Amino acid sequence: MNQDLIRHLSEILPQIQGFIYPNEVEIHWGMLIVVYPYITGVVAGAFILASLVKVFNVKEVQPLYRLSLLTALAYLLVAPMALVSHLGHPGRFYEILLTPQTSSAMAMFGFVYAWYLMAVLLLEIWFVHRTDMIAWAEEKTGVMRFVYRALSLFSRDTSERGIAFDHSALKTITIIGIPSAFLLHGYVGFIFGSIKANPWWSSVLIPIVFLFSAIVSGIALVILFYMVITPLAGGKIDMKCVDKAVDFLFYAVIVDFSLELVEFIHRVYQSEEEIKILSEMLMSKLFMSLIVIQVMLGMILPLVLISVTKIFRQRFSLNEDLRKMLYFISVLLIQFGIFATRWNVVIGGQMFSKSFRGLTTYKMTFGGLEGLLYALVLLFLPVAVLVVLLKVLPPWKEMLGEGKGSEGGALPAPGA
Amino acid sequence: MKGRRRFLRDFLALLFTGGAAGSILKLLPGTAQAKEAARTGKWYGYGVSVDKCIGCGRCMEACKAENNVPKEPFFVRTWVERYVIRKGGATAVNTIQPGAEPAPEGALDKSILRSFFVPKLCNQCADPPCVQVCPVGATFQTEDGVVLVNEKTCIGCRYCIQACPYGARYLSPVTHTADKCTFCYHRIAKGDLPACVEVCPTQARVFGDLNAAASPLSRFLRMNKIHVLKPGLNTEPKVYYASLDGEVR
Repeated sequence: MNQDLIRHLSEILPQIQGFIYPNEVEIHWGMLIVVYPYITGVVAGAFILASLVKVFNVKEVQPLYRLSLLTALAYLLVAPMALVSHLGHPGRFYEILLTPQTSSAMAMFGFVYAWYLMAVLLLEIWFVHRTDMIAWAEEKTGVMRFVYRALSLFSRDTSERGIAFDHSALKTITIIGIPSAFLLHGYVGFIFGSIKANPWWSSVLIPIVFLFSAIVSGIALVILFYMVITPLAGGKIDMKCVDKAVDFLFYAVIVDFSLELVEFIHRVYQSEEEIKILSEMLMSKLFMSLIVIQVMLGMILPLVLISVTKIFRQRFSLNEDLRKMLYFISVLLIQFGIFATRWNVVIGGQMFSKSFRGLTTYKMTFGGLEGLLYALVLLFLPVAVLVVLLKVLPPWKEMLGEGKGSEGGALPAPGA
Repeated sequence: MKGRRRFLRDFLALLFTGGAAGSILKLLPGTAQAKEAARTGKWYGYGVSVDKCIGCGRCMEACKAENNVPKEPFFVRTWVERYVIRKGGATAVNTIQPGAEPAPEGALDKSILRSFFVPKLCNQCADPPCVQVCPVGATFQTEDGVVLVNEKTCIGCRYCIQACPYGARYLSPVTHTADKCTFCYHRIAKGDLPACVEVCPTQARVFGDLNAAASPLSRFLRMNKIHVLKPGLNTEPKVYYASLDGEVR
């Protein structure tokens, strides 16, 4: 028997407010399940940013194209780790893939994940880098030569016809990829939104809110990475690109904010039986994370900052460094805001009793599988994966604007 | 070549559309049909007379002993809630602690409007949301209407705990799998009563086959006005309450 757990729960007992069912003392989905939707959100958002280039032909953000694809892959690879480690029996996770119960939203995870990884992301990344990998295999020697050969699946075709096929394949994959990205994160929202027992979760808007907050977090994170990595790689930040990406981020934040506001107003106006306990929770347990971090710091402040740069860019020709700084602060704040959003959904949904008569509390631990340290590891692991991916599939030519010959959103031919 | 390609295309299309249609049909409440079907075998249910419960807590003790439920108060298969409703509507609720001295307040306190005990347990819903959400089918409904957990296949994802509107489930700290009331399936399978029913000194708890013409449960259902918990969620609970107060959730 787990003595730590018993001690942990005994510490929570005196902090319970009102009445909760005896089995509700323990918060079952903790930090790891907060991390999971945050990570898949980044995946979906980064992919949507990439598809702006490929499908909607937004040429300004071309420097972000490969970076956002690799970011999506890095985060997608880490996503299942959070899920598997929170299980009571991590060793049995494969059951969900081998014997899924089709009526369960959660059982669809394997299919959605596999589809997104195999049919969309890996395929797109492969086609994007195919000719490059062939070229790199030529340049390198030894092990790396073989690695690139293997990564390109021993393809050698660099003919015009081959490259044309790459382009049309990419277009198709991206078009399939957009609904798939929507599916990936909308589905994560559905896991919560379909629980009728929990009024904090049970809402048709939840998958859509998840989706837009995903787009927000993904775009913001790729901008953040771009602004940090470019100077480190010795390049100059292309402000035209950042301006354009921030434009899209701005609209996404507005849509996300409006959706959440609509949901809030709807809830308050309908004022069903759970409203009393939910407002009590909002004003006590979630005040800091929801009202201060998620709404004030994570949404309104960045919106104000970005609006300021938009208004004053034309009138006062605000200097570029200041704009850069404001953007940087905004995308950073948005990350905290979206993480707080996930926190408020996941933890908030378990802090009130289903008897609607009381609140339990969440006590974070530092060590252990449900602890802060492991959560931080999971949050920063994708960055490490991304560093490896950037080494293997360097996007510098595109990111640092050296391959400017790529008109029409087409990829530069190897060596161009 | 062309024929082969077309075959491949058609085959893939069929696979995708068929698979998608099939899974959507499955996602729709598939258990709904089961609910409507005429049942011929046993279909277990449970009755609770709120007026008869004296809050002694022996059911809680018996349950823990019978089913090896950890003794800590965070893991319970059945519990008894005490409601004290005062004039003006203020309601205080707590879970009784078996063995604890009963509070002396009560009969003499004129500010109390009404007060009563409500035994709770898994509602063994006919349309159980916990079964619907289990990703591996480890929690399932038996043919006689009892929802059970297979601790050998449960992966401990706790989705069922989130999906239960009644707080009836917990994660066992021993097996690390979901656990809940089984109506003492090992006992009822050989014709005995669940432990809580057996020990109840006032017969506030009644167990039986809903399909049986004559049983304590059918008599209970015939003689009382019946209500179930959270009927709006359409889970079709099979734990029926007599004289249930509107304050109880």
